[in-house]
Amino acid sequence: MTCESWQQKIDAYLDAELPEAETRELDAHLRTCAACSSQALTRSELKRSIHLAGKKFVPDPEFRKRIQSSISPRTSGRRWGWIVEVGIACAAVVLVIFGSLVWVRQSQRQQLIGELTDLHVATLASANRVDVVSSDRHTVKPWFQGKVPFTFNVPELQGSPFELIGGKMTYLDQNPAAELLFTVRKHVLSVFIFKDSPELDRALGSGEPMRKLSFNIESWADGGLRFLIITDATPSDIDDLRARFVQAAR
Amino acid sequence: MALDRDKANEFEHLSMPLFASLYNLAQWLTQDRSEAEDLVQETYAKALKGFGSFQPGTNFRAWMYRILRNTFLTSRTGLKATVSLDDEDDPQSVSPSTTETPESLLLARSDQDAIQSALQQLPVAFREIILLCDVEEMTYREIAEALTIPIGTVMSRLARARKAMRQLLGEKVQGAHR
Repeated sequence: MTCESWQQKIDAYLDAELPEAETRELDAHLRTCAACSSQALTRSELKRSIHLAGKKFVPDPEFRKRIQSSISPRTSGRRWGWIVEVGIACAAVVLVIFGSLVWVRQSQRQQLIGELTDLHVATLASANRVDVVSSDRHTVKPWFQGKVPFTFNVPELQGSPFELIGGKMTYLDQNPAAELLFTVRKHVLSVFIFKDSPELDRALGSGEPMRKLSFNIESWADGGLRFLIITDATPSDIDDLRARFVQAAR
Repeated sequence: MALDRDKANEFEHLSMPLFASLYNLAQWLTQDRSEAEDLVQETYAKALKGFGSFQPGTNFRAWMYRILRNTFLTSRTGLKATVSLDDEDDPQSVSPSTTETPESLLLARSDQDAIQSALQQLPVAFREIILLCDVEEMTYREIAEALTIPIGTVMSRLARARKAMRQLLGEKVQGAHR
């Protein structure tokens, strides 16, 4: 091989990219050829000089910090990601709490309505449906005095399709309550009256028609009392009777 | 798509040791500090975004440099700096320069300013391949990967770049002695 051919391989030789066999041959040639050896030395020194001179530009430490924080999972975008994750977790907790409250309220409501429906059904099934038998509201109302810790007005029913049958004491959740019995076109209506409480208010709400075992139910609060009508009569009958109770309370 | 925490940690662990080198290369390419910072910043942003598709086991340094270079080439400065490198696959076309003598190069080698000035005068394609080989000490395979060119082209372009570098240094030394 000529010196010119060898000199074309000197760069690859210095870059450690020449195949092993050729490296050995070139090594041998350089030991004997002053011209090629000088070329190799010069290029090697130039390579080393470029290595040093090429490292000319040094980044600003502030710039390094900026780049580091822009890619670090512990800062920057990841920090927002963390906040979003916490936000989602908080929202999930709030949803669970809210869902639980709704579920608890629904279950309280179902339990209350279930109990009151049972009381109404028990009354219907009883041979003695009421303890005070009278169609006169002025007889029925005084009967409850001293039996329940509150008082209430029984509406005037003259000229209405409703008829008062009487009333009796009952208990709801260990609290005394009044149960009045009415009929309308042979349908029996129980009107429960008891002291209102925040728990009852939350569970039963006000004015929303409900249904349980095909009975129509409506409940409302008035003057610290909680009223609840349950019957197999129509919702419009319930509304009618309710309006009369509301009127009587004025 | 956002990287998960482990992947983002891995990216930080792999990429930050390359920061100084990438910055140095960026300033050699752009010749401007502010542009170099923009280039590096964009490179890291693109690399972080694309790290999910990076194949583990392949060369991360070459991958990062490829992103930096492609970003540079599509920038305004990069488009201006692009030069035609026709017929570069012919390594036989490389021959010793008339102005290049071992003596003149020995005079220049210790002169860092002369080397830096010569590097700056080189076309971008020559400058970058010399920097990747001699400063970054990349293998020809790594350079091929970074520049997305065949190894044969790496060898021929490197030979032409070094020849141009030696000519520039030779001219500088001769000019200084006139």
